[in-house]
Amino acid sequence: MTAIALETSVPSRRLPRWLPILAILIAAYGIIPVIGTSYLFEAILLPFLALSLAALGLNILTGYAGQLSLGSAAFMAVGAFAAYNFNLRIPGLPLIVSLFLAGLTAAAFGILFGLPSLRLRGFYLAVSTLAAQFFVKWALTRFGWLSNYNSSGVIDAPPLTLFGLQFQGPLGRYLFALTIVVVLTALAARLMTTRSGREFIAIRDNEIAAKVFGVSIFRTKLLAFGLSSFIIGVAGFLWAFAYLRTVEPDGFNLDRSFSILFIIIIGGLASIRGAFFGAALIVVFPLLLSRLGALIFGGVFDSGVLDMSQRIVIGALIILFLIAEPSGLVALWDRLTRKFLVRR
Amino acid sequence: MSTVYRDIITRAKTLGLAAAVSLTAFGAFAGSDAARADEQYFPLQSYRVGPYAAGGTGFFGGFIDYLNLINTRDGGVNGVKLTWDECETQYEVERGVECYERQKSHANIAAWNPLSVGIAYAMIDRITADKVPLITVNHGRTDSTDGRVFPYVFPLLLNPYSETSGIINYLASREGGLENLKGKKIVVLYHGSPYGRETIPIYELLAQKYGFTVNQIEVPHPGNEQQAQWLTIRREKPNYVVLRGWGVMNPVALKTAQKTGFPADHIIGNVWSNSEEDVIPAGDAAKGYTAITTQASGSQYPVLQEVVKTVYGAGKGNLDDKKRIGSVYHNLGIVNGILNVEAVRIAQEKFGHRTLTGDEVRWGFEHLKLDPARVEALGAKDLFHSINVTWDNHEGDGRVTFQQWDGEKWKVISGWIAPDWQLLRPIIEKSSEAYAKEKGIKIRTSDSAAAE
Repeated sequence: MTAIALETSVPSRRLPRWLPILAILIAAYGIIPVIGTSYLFEAILLPFLALSLAALGLNILTGYAGQLSLGSAAFMAVGAFAAYNFNLRIPGLPLIVSLFLAGLTAAAFGILFGLPSLRLRGFYLAVSTLAAQFFVKWALTRFGWLSNYNSSGVIDAPPLTLFGLQFQGPLGRYLFALTIVVVLTALAARLMTTRSGREFIAIRDNEIAAKVFGVSIFRTKLLAFGLSSFIIGVAGFLWAFAYLRTVEPDGFNLDRSFSILFIIIIGGLASIRGAFFGAALIVVFPLLLSRLGALIFGGVFDSGVLDMSQRIVIGALIILFLIAEPSGLVALWDRLTRKFLVRR
Repeated sequence: MSTVYRDIITRAKTLGLAAAVSLTAFGAFAGSDAARADEQYFPLQSYRVGPYAAGGTGFFGGFIDYLNLINTRDGGVNGVKLTWDECETQYEVERGVECYERQKSHANIAAWNPLSVGIAYAMIDRITADKVPLITVNHGRTDSTDGRVFPYVFPLLLNPYSETSGIINYLASREGGLENLKGKKIVVLYHGSPYGRETIPIYELLAQKYGFTVNQIEVPHPGNEQQAQWLTIRREKPNYVVLRGWGVMNPVALKTAQKTGFPADHIIGNVWSNSEEDVIPAGDAAKGYTAITTQASGSQYPVLQEVVKTVYGAGKGNLDDKKRIGSVYHNLGIVNGILNVEAVRIAQEKFGHRTLTGDEVRWGFEHLKLDPARVEALGAKDLFHSINVTWDNHEGDGRVTFQQWDGEKWKVISGWIAPDWQLLRPIIEKSSEAYAKEKGIKIRTSDSAAAE
């Protein structure tokens, strides 16, 4: 992991940094809402946004601060169920406040389960974060109060309201999720260039050296866990309330934690964009493949055979990607665009 | 390796990748087929891979076989062809939602049949907004039985509370009356999913009412390790164990029960623990095991014979393994096909012999009355009993029966039993009214339902 440089140290050679960001924002707010269908919002963009945000959170912890975690799905669950309960128990609480409190609750859990990181490293730490995964699921199924005694342990999403604005329908929920993701991404990107962000990297690259230079290991590691879990908790809220509109504790299982980890590995560790690249691959690509498969072979094979072959294709492609570019899709993209720009 | 060579390889790789991605994108989004006239489309969110594939292939196989039968034998329903396609969910909620969004763009949707409580929960808001019925035969959200609050959701034949009541009534009959349940001990071993947890409160309630003690133990999904749970059961020494399993959890439960010395004939399976796929892998550990069902197994019923002759005879059968024809899941798929097709037929009598909208099919389901004579005319006598769905009762008073596994096949050991609907209805209404309040739903009355 030491080979990964700070993203800011690799500026784009030709284009100003703000131009692609502006283009993406114009597309996301101006063009997609006009041309998008409900399928695009509900099945592609909403899970993409929620998982991107979760991956962004994990990337702060794993990519920047070098602490491996397998508890992401648990922190997502904490965020979703905390927001649900704040919303339910305190009448009249604005949604944005319960969202913020949910993030804080997730952050508190993150710090609690981050405590072992002060003594454990690498795979040992990853295994200890598994405890979060099992504890949260156990607590959510054991204590009916948390799901308001719904007999199935399933919670229903409240309407999304922000500053008196109702976000209804696929488009409204997309804009809601998009705004939250944009704000948090901007904050995270800014944070990584501050002193705290650099301390994360210092700890990742050499803990002892960082200590010698006066970086507080205790404070920095727990800050990384707290920040990361805050963002992941908000992502859990988006997953539950903007995307699925219902949620059960099993929806946040270990598979989800792994897929978030894979997103940042494939997308690019220690990179803000990496989370989005990786999520695009993990969320969108299987759907494209499955639709293509259904279109071409739908009449010939049954859906089970198609699904199995898609898994093989996706697995093989992931291996190919990682061989072609072990630093992730971000590095691949940079190489591609740089060549393209130089050619002109 | 020279840098030029490496550069060429890199460029070729990226180019190939870009081409592949754009090709996939084009193919996937360009293909939306235009709707043909006079067809009724069934979107099938099926699952043929994953831990629940046995249930998925059997159920959707039976459903498709019956739709095929109607198309081949009758040329559709009054000339309206039935069409369908499948979208693989693996029993996962987010895949089910994706499938819903994918399939709903198709015109002329009759009804949704996801066969998953989790997916059904996620769809309730969506199908209500889109005005298309959602069928959850033998499972689903119990309070959606109340059609006053859930106009588009139909837990047909048997909702989870009725199943519970049916099982308790059966146990009482084995003990010689409801009063003899007093002081008995029952363990409920349930699947760790929304489906499994759905009946927790109703067991507690019935335990209080009849004076037995109940201990409900969760088995985490998918349930292939149950040593700890069965050791607890052995310590507790219950009179009966109710198995609310699903998929691989069931044979594992039966085998582990045998290992810990709990007799199979004191284990009662629920409606999703009652198939051949649940008992055959358990071998002789399943001998004597009893389970509730809404539809008998076997292929001797006339409708099954016609499926064998017309559909499988023409090589269009959906099951790869012909031995599974007439199995519990396959027959449930057939019964589900009958219920869906008859709802369309009933709605056609009101709205005309043409393609119907989802809301019109919903009217058909709300008037889905199949008395035993009609069931016999459909070739399903003794396959299932009857159904009588009304605007406010979306379950339709389905009857249950009990079957015992003799090591070779299921043997029916009871008549058609009616669950205690009068007892359950107030609990259901309380829950659905709370939901209506939470969501701001206006409760329908018989006048407003008739005016729709």
